[in-house]
Amino acid sequence: MDTILEVRNLKKHFPTGGGMLKKPEQVRAVDGISFAMRRGETLGLVGESGCGKTTVGRTIVGLYKPTAGKVIFEDSDVYTTQNRRAQNRKRQQMQMIFQDPYASLNPRMTVGDIVGEPLDIHKLAVGKKARQKRIQYLLDLVGLNPDHINRYPHEFSGGQRQRVGIARSLAVEPKFIVCDEPISAVDVSIQAQIVNTLEQLQEELNLTYLFIAHDLSMVRYISDRVAVMYLGKIVELNTSADLYARPIHPYTKALLSAVPIADPPLERQRKRIILEGDVPSPINPPPGCCFHTRCNRALPICREQTPEMLDIGGGHLVACHNYE
Amino acid sequence: MNPLLQVENLQVEFKTYAGTVRAVRGVSFDLNPGEVLAIVGESGCGKSVTAQSIMRLIPSPPGRITGGSILFDQEEILNKSEHQMQRIRGNNISMIFQDPMTSLNPVLNVRTQITENLRHHKKMSQDKADARAVELLDLVGISEPKARMRSYPHELSGGMRQRVMIAMALACDPQLLIADEPTTALDVTIQAQIIEVLKNIRQELDTAIILITHDLGVVAGLANRVLVMYAGNAVEKGSVDEVLCDPIHPYTWGLLQSLPRLNMGPEDKLEPIWGQPPDLLLPLDQCPFLPRCEYAMNICTQQRPPFFNGDSSHISSCWLHHPLATKITRPQEVE
Repeated sequence: MDTILEVRNLKKHFPTGGGMLKKPEQVRAVDGISFAMRRGETLGLVGESGCGKTTVGRTIVGLYKPTAGKVIFEDSDVYTTQNRRAQNRKRQQMQMIFQDPYASLNPRMTVGDIVGEPLDIHKLAVGKKARQKRIQYLLDLVGLNPDHINRYPHEFSGGQRQRVGIARSLAVEPKFIVCDEPISAVDVSIQAQIVNTLEQLQEELNLTYLFIAHDLSMVRYISDRVAVMYLGKIVELNTSADLYARPIHPYTKALLSAVPIADPPLERQRKRIILEGDVPSPINPPPGCCFHTRCNRALPICREQTPEMLDIGGGHLVACHNYE
Repeated sequence: MNPLLQVENLQVEFKTYAGTVRAVRGVSFDLNPGEVLAIVGESGCGKSVTAQSIMRLIPSPPGRITGGSILFDQEEILNKSEHQMQRIRGNNISMIFQDPMTSLNPVLNVRTQITENLRHHKKMSQDKADARAVELLDLVGISEPKARMRSYPHELSGGMRQRVMIAMALACDPQLLIADEPTTALDVTIQAQIIEVLKNIRQELDTAIILITHDLGVVAGLANRVLVMYAGNAVEKGSVDEVLCDPIHPYTWGLLQSLPRLNMGPEDKLEPIWGQPPDLLLPLDQCPFLPRCEYAMNICTQQRPPFFNGDSSHISSCWLHHPLATKITRPQEVE
């Protein structure tokens, strides 16, 4: 397997509260996750808000420093690389597309400058002409009109702004892109446009995506494999077709059964697994399996022992004491 | 049986610096007691403005209801004075808003916020109102309702806050509940809980609900009838089975085609609706969906389509349904 990225036991804790006489508590946003990604694949990362999926993405691209664990990109550790030059090169190959196309573009910069900024930082386009040509090529690539290079973000619609964000991330010719909920802020009819553009670019440029989202049906459509997160941990990871057809972990089952389907007769027949209560606080995660407080099949062992990730065949990983 | 609510040719405008935005351009529908009507459409299609007009909550200026009528229980809402409206809001018609984080008052506890309604409209004593509030919290599925009465909104999770909002809305046994994107801000598992709560309410209290959403999945689980809106116009109306299983307007086809389906193979592609929704500043004397419609004909550029009656309940405003139009088969993916 041509592995492009490997995450080993990654942890990211944020201190919170505390004061002069009080020790700060730790929010365990990401609490020991591991996975590997093949070159050219899309790995979907799903889970409820607050489960740490965005933190995983941000830690991988280097926006946060991990508390513990390793991120290995193309055979070298992203964080222990001492040489600043080498580190910058690494960063250039990992980019990110952000969730909110309204907040992630500087309103006082033209679209040309927004897309051109990474080119300037990494000195990828020498000369004004070459820079402009490259920017126009990028705008065209993501389906925007290249003549709009001097327009400002407010002159574009939500979907178009998200395309500007995609063009910016592609400017430095990355190999790996973290897509952090790129479609959750745009309308239904535009979502399909953006997703199709992302797929087309992946084919053309041989990109690898980590696709973070909470829309499970869209994740199934775009991803080759899907990882389900709960309270800072991955609970199940499998190929997307198989995960949706044959979920093993009780949380995955509940999550999938909660997704409404736009088919009234089918929807009336479905039996929902309704999870009681809310996600526990990541400051004080429950001992043992983090899901046992809401699990309808919890055993005594689930309260005491944290389940290990087990490969139950064909790369289907699941962390549950009670799988069959 | 008389319909509970009849909206006829409703028109709403907003004056802005750029010109007059005609947000709702002649929408008509009616609602029977105990029925759930879903209004679906993308952002900016006028679905929230329609709902706010029923409550007379359109900020004026800049907004103005310029035409049409809204009959609630055979009485014209648009002629009522502000004082009369205050007696209706929260009492006969109540509303759940999209964002439970911002629509609860952060400095008042749950008890005060729920009992306020009962004290004001039903003139209950505080003791009686407290007892009723506990009942309501229990109804919407909050555990330990007595203890929760003293909580402030920041102590509750998103799902709990939305339940409190629903309890507040139901306090005075309204005949009509307007739910404006009640689950959009919530996670899927919490969304499923809230949908269950709304289903229970419908069965137990027989309240009519107007559900505003862009999620066709939520519609399928909850609604009896559906109204599809596009650019301030109603484009398709019918029962939930008719609209989602047998849609007849090209926009509804497009919406369904751009959703991923569970039986999709790895080679199947989504078919997005290309282009953007139209600018609501422009006058529309053509079909609003024309620039994005692949079945557009000459007539579509010249005249706005009226509603054509396929059968009595399932209707759509599209020239394709004119008896003289060429017959077009629906794209396969929609089947």
